[in-house]
Amino acid sequence: MSAASPQIAPPQARFRGARNVLSENPAIALTLIFVALFVVTDIVNRAQSGKAFLTPTQVSTTFLYAAPLALLAAGQTLVMLTGGVDLSVATTATTAAFVTSGTANAHGTAVALLLALGLGFGIGLVNGIGVAVFRVNPLIMTLGISSVTLGALTIYSQKRFVALVPNVVNTLGSSRFLKYVPYDLLVWAPIAALIILGLRYSGFGRMIFAVGDNPVACRLAGVRVWQVLLLVYALCGAFSAVAGILLVGFNDAADLGIASPFLLPSVAAVVIGGTSILGGSGGYSGTILGALILTVLDSLLTILNASAAVKQMLYGAIILALAWLYARTSSGD
Amino acid sequence: MTTAAATGVRPRGGQSAGRLARRHGWTVGVYVLLLVLVLYWSTIPAKWGSFDVQSLAIDTLPLAFAAMAQSVVIISGGIDLSIGSLISLVNVVSAKYMIDTGFRHALLLAALLLLGSAAAGAFTGSLIVVSRVPDIVVTLAMLFVWAGLALEVLQIPGGGAPLPYLQLGTGHWWSQWIPSGLVILLLGFAVFWLPLRWARPGLALYSVGSNRNAAYLSGVGVARTRIFAYALGGLFGGLAGLALTATSGIGDPNAGQYYTLNSVAAAVLGGVSLVGGVGGLIGPIAAAFVVTLVKTMLILKGVDQNWAQVIQGSLIIVVVMIGGLAIRQRRRA
Repeated sequence: MSAASPQIAPPQARFRGARNVLSENPAIALTLIFVALFVVTDIVNRAQSGKAFLTPTQVSTTFLYAAPLALLAAGQTLVMLTGGVDLSVATTATTAAFVTSGTANAHGTAVALLLALGLGFGIGLVNGIGVAVFRVNPLIMTLGISSVTLGALTIYSQKRFVALVPNVVNTLGSSRFLKYVPYDLLVWAPIAALIILGLRYSGFGRMIFAVGDNPVACRLAGVRVWQVLLLVYALCGAFSAVAGILLVGFNDAADLGIASPFLLPSVAAVVIGGTSILGGSGGYSGTILGALILTVLDSLLTILNASAAVKQMLYGAIILALAWLYARTSSGD
Repeated sequence: MTTAAATGVRPRGGQSAGRLARRHGWTVGVYVLLLVLVLYWSTIPAKWGSFDVQSLAIDTLPLAFAAMAQSVVIISGGIDLSIGSLISLVNVVSAKYMIDTGFRHALLLAALLLLGSAAAGAFTGSLIVVSRVPDIVVTLAMLFVWAGLALEVLQIPGGGAPLPYLQLGTGHWWSQWIPSGLVILLLGFAVFWLPLRWARPGLALYSVGSNRNAAYLSGVGVARTRIFAYALGGLFGGLAGLALTATSGIGDPNAGQYYTLNSVAAAVLGGVSLVGGVGGLIGPIAAAFVVTLVKTMLILKGVDQNWAQVIQGSLIIVVVMIGGLAIRQRRRA
């Protein structure tokens, strides 16, 4: 028997080894999924219309489409690292979109962009006050702010004339340079670098993880938890505003539904990226891959003629399945 | 429910009057608030009468059931964010299949839908218990699953119901002053809640909500009780959806969104604490009337409908903030 056992053990050990490598480096697994999904989409597209999907243009388009989602998910990542969730990212982005297109002609592009960013930061700050100071459940607070913002936007949109989006914003949101590089990467890449490095090396970044992991221990250790939360929600609002600016540049005009299809994907991208829904572990690099995966998945579903309803159900199911999976792996089952 | 744990240490003898006031003071307060609002409301229109009472009952009926659904779940220590889209789903299914049928068929369908929505709630509850993913994440995912299904059933508002069925929600019985909706509401409360409240399932609900470990140690089936709470929540959600069909006369896949946040607000305003184990259903019913009445009065005062929504939303946020502050104070005490 003792001679037989080594023969049985290796495949199991190898399997476990591979699993450990993947669970310790989710980025590798996610990159594999991203590439695999791209190939599947290519095959499906060839079968349906005879055209290739795996082309430099499509890769570039995927990054172009993914940028607003990844920016919404950036703020979402920070919030979820603290153990919360922000359901107002979509309406905050819509607010930024309306402000950008509505004030640019009268006051200049720079003022419009600053106003949009400031408003996003402000909405985030209100969320933060509710969550951090009044200890309102983050979901309820952000859902409430979202409904109030949407009401205010409805009023604003009824009074506003249809305004054109300034050229700079338009270029930023929809064009490419060097044939393949989307301009919105110029916005997304620095922010991504800032978040990834900031989370890893800055004191504030470490604090976000600590607060998500154990707020009570943090408070006892002398961390002003409410200040950390306040800043996290405000930053989330600001990043959502950036996403809104890119979206209005892409769509050329603001409307009330401009960002709402991105709300659930913004949560899904973070969950796919391996950030714990309970807070305390994860990071932005996973979220970036999550956003890219969801963007390709969206293309695939569009090619397959799936309705918005089916997409919505699928995203819900993905969040549930992954949250379940991560809950199982983290509890050591 | 930290209160009970804290006060349990102190001797309780001779405090029954104080205890009674503490236990029911909030509910009495909500009813006083409702009374004051009604008295003020009756002075606004030139000719206030039974018609106004009927329209208030029509506007409130679905929210009152939604608040009851949310309260049951919150009392058991959870929260159900999917209740709004479950209401949408029941609303569109009933409106789609009740149109061009007789009253009997409509009632039969309503009974089936009630069973179905209770099963849907039980399904959500089972997912939470089995997966051990937090309530909020699972119900958030289910929010999108039910909403997607509702959109699949009916893309745009439509459908209908036979006249006698509509009159269940919009008519009046015995006297002009007794709206049928109000009777239905009290019937729902009396049939589905009162027999349970002081029986085993109801007591289990409160014990699991106030202290899950203690409940488990005293032999309460925690998993069973939590699933039961979501099933009962689903049942009340189904009643809300059916009431929405009866009061609005159509099915609208997006109609339920309003109820997710407002049901939580009505529960909190009605004295149900978000930590679980505290409150009843009588308070939230009154709170649902208060929440609706505020909007009605704003519109009567000539405030734009969208502004009324913004003001109502802001008030709800303030209510939830005060609720959060109250929990904090109690924890400290």
